[in-house]
Amino acid sequence: MAKTIVPIGPYHPLQEEPEFFTLTVEGERIVAIDVQVGYNHRGIEKLSERMSFDQSTFAVERICGICSTSHPFAYTQAVEDILGVEVPPRAKFIRVIIAESERIHSHLLWLGLAGHFLGYNTVFMWAWKLREEILDVMEILSGNRNNYAMFRPGGVRRDIKAEDIPGVLKKIDSIVPTLEMLKKAVMDDPVLHARTKNVGVLSQADAINFCALGPTARASGVLRDVRKDAPYAAYDQFPWEMITRCQGDVFDKLVVRVLETFESIKMVKYCLQNLPEGPIDLNIKDIPAGEGIGHIEAPRGECFHYVLSDGTNRPARHKIRAPTFMNLPTYKATIVGETISDATIILAGIDPCYCCTERMAVRDIKGRKMYDGEDLIRLSQEKTEKIRSKMK
Amino acid sequence: MTREEVLNNIREKFKGDIKNFLERSPKRIYIEIPSSALLSMATYIFKDLGARFNIASGLDTRHNFEILYHFSFDLLDLIVSLRVVLPKDKPEIVSLTPLLEGANWIEREITEMLGINFIGHPDMRRLLLPPDWPEGVYPLRRDYKEWDPDAIRDRGV
Repeated sequence: MAKTIVPIGPYHPLQEEPEFFTLTVEGERIVAIDVQVGYNHRGIEKLSERMSFDQSTFAVERICGICSTSHPFAYTQAVEDILGVEVPPRAKFIRVIIAESERIHSHLLWLGLAGHFLGYNTVFMWAWKLREEILDVMEILSGNRNNYAMFRPGGVRRDIKAEDIPGVLKKIDSIVPTLEMLKKAVMDDPVLHARTKNVGVLSQADAINFCALGPTARASGVLRDVRKDAPYAAYDQFPWEMITRCQGDVFDKLVVRVLETFESIKMVKYCLQNLPEGPIDLNIKDIPAGEGIGHIEAPRGECFHYVLSDGTNRPARHKIRAPTFMNLPTYKATIVGETISDATIILAGIDPCYCCTERMAVRDIKGRKMYDGEDLIRLSQEKTEKIRSKMK
Repeated sequence: MTREEVLNNIREKFKGDIKNFLERSPKRIYIEIPSSALLSMATYIFKDLGARFNIASGLDTRHNFEILYHFSFDLLDLIVSLRVVLPKDKPEIVSLTPLLEGANWIEREITEMLGINFIGHPDMRRLLLPPDWPEGVYPLRRDYKEWDPDAIRDRGV
């Protein structure tokens, strides 16, 4: 059969970051994929070299709109590594509260969109409704629904008021029953099993070779979670479970994220109930010369920052590695051999960042346009519909 | 394997190659090696010791280029960074991509940002910079000057 080239992009069909995929297909089956990125390269590493250590915290917060706390978290850890200091216990707990609330909202956002791509708009609406509660919690705690500006080298900027805690706990408790229901609905649904089981499998060997991170790696049986392996902030001060699965397909990635949400809820509640008293900041003035590494577990995997200081008030070099940088190339291993109607959910499976801008074109080799992004989502939704009607 | 065993194994096996062994803290080790020893050392750390490749950081130190290859031993809470110093007039080094696929993109990134040549890289196309960016202009080098008079990217921060 003749090979057809399917270009997708430069806007990601599903997510925020502009990317360009070239799928080579034989009939319905994908035989090769090539990914091009860089359409939104902002040069933040270069920008950061001209900002003071405090200003860089805000610059890196704007790298990602969804996991906006993970970059300042890793960056402040890197600066604290240069200094060789430990932040005060209260600041550690506040950091965990912010980071884990963010993980809840990020995973719920993914779950909702994954449901939408598969034609489960009920899942989409429930998940986003629950996410709204978490955004309200973030607003109470930090004053912002996004870009919380809570972190600074040496501690946090804003304290959590004791009178806010009961209200926040009530809000978090209110989402648990619905989330339980959603979990059951998602995990016991035979149609969903048919759509996601054995689809887009990332083997354990490939996960190691591609250095995959976060839920993408943990769904493939690679036991890797920075919170467990290199406990930072307060993650070693309370019990929690690392969620792993071993099939590596889209279903396992989904299960890992859903169960992690429950772990995060437990952590946030524990931290709010056991918040230690004391200062929240070390009031660091000068950063000495030296180099430091900070890495943390963002919702999508390990976020890695390397900071070199030459003794001035700005970083001499600031290297940033977001988790998607390592997870995106795993498409090479997961998508080949699958069908176009499964492409959307496999591309979404690693959870790159999302957005409303959708533009995708499917062309045959002569350049005649056949499908656009909405058509591909429709294809995916129709496949679910077909399976659903067969099962009735 | 314990932390001491890992570090002693590395020290023993590459006795002649290690130029500088720096323990900045119990969790952070920086090892300076010549570029000729990189492939064998990375193979040993990644394949035999089972470390994970975090990322590589390229630096322009004004006098020469440096690449730091960060490997983390997840179970030991330890990050080992291999530091390779490259001369300014001949910035080239062997590619790690044939050994581990995770190095593919970062080597492409360092090539276009700093102009370091990775020998043996299978797919050295442009990754991040736009297609109209001129050849031979490397934005993360210290001597970088804005080349486009109409650009707004370099008007101060």
